Amino acid sequence: MNALIVKRFYMNNWFFVRWVLGLAAFMMLLADASGAAANAWAPLAKDDLHDPKGPGITLLQEPSEGLGTLPRDKVGNMVNWVQAVSKGVISPLRVQNPSMGNLPPMQEPEIMMDKKGSMNMVLFPHKVHTMWLECSNCHPAIFETKVGASNIMMEKILNGEQCGLCHGAVAFPPTDCNRCHSVPHGSQNAKPAGKAARP
Amino acid sequence: MCIIKRWLIALALGMALLAPAAHAEYGDVVLNKIAEKNGMRPVIFPHWFHRLRFTCGNCHNENGFKMKAGSNNVNMGEIIDGKFCGMCHNNQIAWGPERCDMCHSGKPGLSGGILRGNETLGPGSM
Repeated sequence: MNALIVKRFYMNNWFFVRWVLGLAAFMMLLADASGAAANAWAPLAKDDLHDPKGPGITLLQEPSEGLGTLPRDKVGNMVNWVQAVSKGVISPLRVQNPSMGNLPPMQEPEIMMDKKGSMNMVLFPHKVHTMWLECSNCHPAIFETKVGASNIMMEKILNGEQCGLCHGAVAFPPTDCNRCHSVPHGSQNAKPAGKAARP
Repeated sequence: MCIIKRWLIALALGMALLAPAAHAEYGDVVLNKIAEKNGMRPVIFPHWFHRLRFTCGNCHNENGFKMKAGSNNVNMGEIIDGKFCGMCHNNQIAWGPERCDMCHSGKPGLSGGILRGNETLGPGSM
């Protein structure tokens, strides 16, 4: 009987019911987003990983203490790691690679990727990657050194290969499409695929 | 049809966000291939903590850690010999391997892997 009443109400008010449920889902989404913003980093004792009874728990640095002063972001660790380095907030060291020294980022060319149609083009910035990585971290095992030879695909990236080896694990996740797909076709910055003629 | 689809998308998003939230920090790694079998808590490796201080290439180099999660068979013998974590955790750059509880700090029963992101399923190169 009750099921029948519900069904009749739904048949007569289907648009309203769907609208309300959609709104509810949207509100949950908003609540989650604002909750995440207010409480970006869980305390170690409440992160579902660390043992609150473990002797190390009071000695380890809390994420909010380490990350709280860095430029903020909305995804990943909720900090913009590239800005943190370029603004001098942190200076990550290369102590295990003394031959490299703590060199300033290398001025490698940016790569414009433009093979498939509808999304904005990807302008790959070498510089922000060489802040963190040695050439051998990516070349030649993950990416060919020759421009255009690596057959980069979103399917592989979302599966944790290619860019997805880091983006989605430690670097900002690939759900943030426009961060890489940043150059609209036909815009001033659009260039043919290959090494973009930029400093 | 269009409204149904939109509604389903909204519902799916809502449900996804209502799913039990993982509180681990993005990039945290649990190492538990051998720890608990040997009576120790699992190791929690916080990528964020190390990234504040060192570049990626500092640890992910030819002498160190492969990037693919699970592809490094880290054991205490090698750490004490100065490999893997022992490259820095040697009482010179960071605390030494005798401070067991600093790293072996995880809840019992955790399974290994990288948290809060997709697995790094790639070719396991440097």
